[in-house]
Amino acid sequence: MYYLKKAAGCLVTIVLVSVITFWAFQILPGNAARTILGVNADEVQVQNLEIELGLNKNPIVRYCDWIKGLLKGDMGTSYKYRQSVNSIIAKSLNATVLLTLYAFFLTALIGLPLGIFLAAKKKNPLSHFLSIFSQIWISTPSFCTALLLIIIFTVKLNWLPSIGFTPFNENPAECIRSLTLPSLSLAFGYSSVLARYLRSSLLEEEKKDYVRTAKSKGLSTTKVVFRHELRNAFIPVLTTTGMIVAEILGGSIIIENVFSIPGIGSLITSAINARDFPLIQSLTLYLSLITVATNFIVDILYPLLDVRLRVSHSAKQQGKTL
Amino acid sequence: MKKYFQNKNFVAGFILFSLVLVLMLVGFIHLPYDPNAIDITNKFAPCSFKHLLGTDHLGRDLLSRIMVGSRVSIFIGVIVMLFSFVIGTVIGSLCGYFQGKIDSIVMKLNDSFMAFPGLLLALMLIAVFSPSLKTTIVALTFMAIPRFVRISRSGFMKLKPSLFVMNAKSKGASNLRIMLCHILPNAISDLIVTSSLTFSLAVLNESGLSYLGLGVQKPDASFGNILSDAQRYILQSPPGVIIPAVILTVLVLGVNLLGDGYSEVNEH
Repeated sequence: MYYLKKAAGCLVTIVLVSVITFWAFQILPGNAARTILGVNADEVQVQNLEIELGLNKNPIVRYCDWIKGLLKGDMGTSYKYRQSVNSIIAKSLNATVLLTLYAFFLTALIGLPLGIFLAAKKKNPLSHFLSIFSQIWISTPSFCTALLLIIIFTVKLNWLPSIGFTPFNENPAECIRSLTLPSLSLAFGYSSVLARYLRSSLLEEEKKDYVRTAKSKGLSTTKVVFRHELRNAFIPVLTTTGMIVAEILGGSIIIENVFSIPGIGSLITSAINARDFPLIQSLTLYLSLITVATNFIVDILYPLLDVRLRVSHSAKQQGKTL
Repeated sequence: MKKYFQNKNFVAGFILFSLVLVLMLVGFIHLPYDPNAIDITNKFAPCSFKHLLGTDHLGRDLLSRIMVGSRVSIFIGVIVMLFSFVIGTVIGSLCGYFQGKIDSIVMKLNDSFMAFPGLLLALMLIAVFSPSLKTTIVALTFMAIPRFVRISRSGFMKLKPSLFVMNAKSKGASNLRIMLCHILPNAISDLIVTSSLTFSLAVLNESGLSYLGLGVQKPDASFGNILSDAQRYILQSPPGVIIPAVILTVLVLGVNLLGDGYSEVNEH
């Protein structure tokens, strides 16, 4: 029942997101076809494009057509590239997915130990220092971090490339090298967010009775933290993790432009500059759907991690049937 | 006010924010140079008494450009914060107070707006209306409203059944009076924390958009523009990147710390 309810909610969100994405391009001031072609286009060209884009039809009919196409896997044709949106996205998806995964991996790699350390050694001067540092990273825009990393690792040390992307199937090692700086610039900020959430969640758990019991049994602090607290503290953090994946995906739009990585983000900005509306529309919908899906997965994982939630749901169920 | 200045975070935030604020205010009284004046013979000048922070690739004075840039950032932060606060709180408080069918529809819509990751919602609006300062403000306000709706709604929902509201109701207070005079003052502290978050996010997002060339348009100075120009000459002049990046971070950090300090004081 819990899953069904979540799935229904997720479906409604998807429909609403598609409606918002569609209508955003309907409020275009003036004539859409003329906006795309520019002021110099003649009347015939404008009319031809209107027919091509289906602008002469009723918006509701157009929305239904668009959705029908989407369900068949056809996202329309890009105006600028004269190719199907599907094939363009497929080309750029590789880089963005790799970047997001790598950045998320680094976020977890830095964030989780940092959070545990900050909570366990809260009186340590080092943790005080790290806490200030994490606050600074949260406030630094990711592209500023990126530029600072370029200065250190490319300009001064000349260790890592600051531009371009090598596909994974061409040269895996070079691919990882080319994505290290972009992923790091995303990971710094978000790992600090993750660490702070984990820290406050752990400190919350520390006050509870079961931790005192475990400690009074004579377990070492390490065991108490890793065996008992962490499992419970991680539950609220899971929601943040879902949010962070979405934020990394959104943040990659800027980072891809900093490092000239040919991914979805670079595609979106060039599409905006070219006023390629079918492409922007599909890309927006695509990224939002990934976000909705991530949140849905987090919702599904929730009761798997937290037995209490499962029990309370089934208890409610029984209460209803009685 | 005194209790706020006993909080470490609040004081640190106040100092950092004031630094940038002073920079901006001095810029209103006296700009060392015209921020857009090109002086090609003087490009990449190092820090000196003539140019305190040096010059960029066109010989434009960096300090003057940063002063104007901080003006843009703070202006956008304040405007976006005010607009989204008013619009979001009106929608959220009505939903939280009256609830019912319309509330659930509005909240579903609100959640859908929050499903657009990062700058995507703003980018979509910028694609529709061409990029400019006005579009940036509208787009960032749009992005910030759902957060206020959610926070104010939950505050109003939580406080509606409380005794002081019942008391006011039994004395015949109108719904508007209850909402404005009784519930809002009690729900305001969460909204103020959200405001500080909105301000810093607006500053961050504006710099990101301008960096992409989709926010404030060149040659007008804004942190994003300054940084995207400086990135192309990162080999010749690394300080041209570091200085604006640090000042931008100081501004955002200052506001974040003010928000943290405020919420810490009000929690205890």
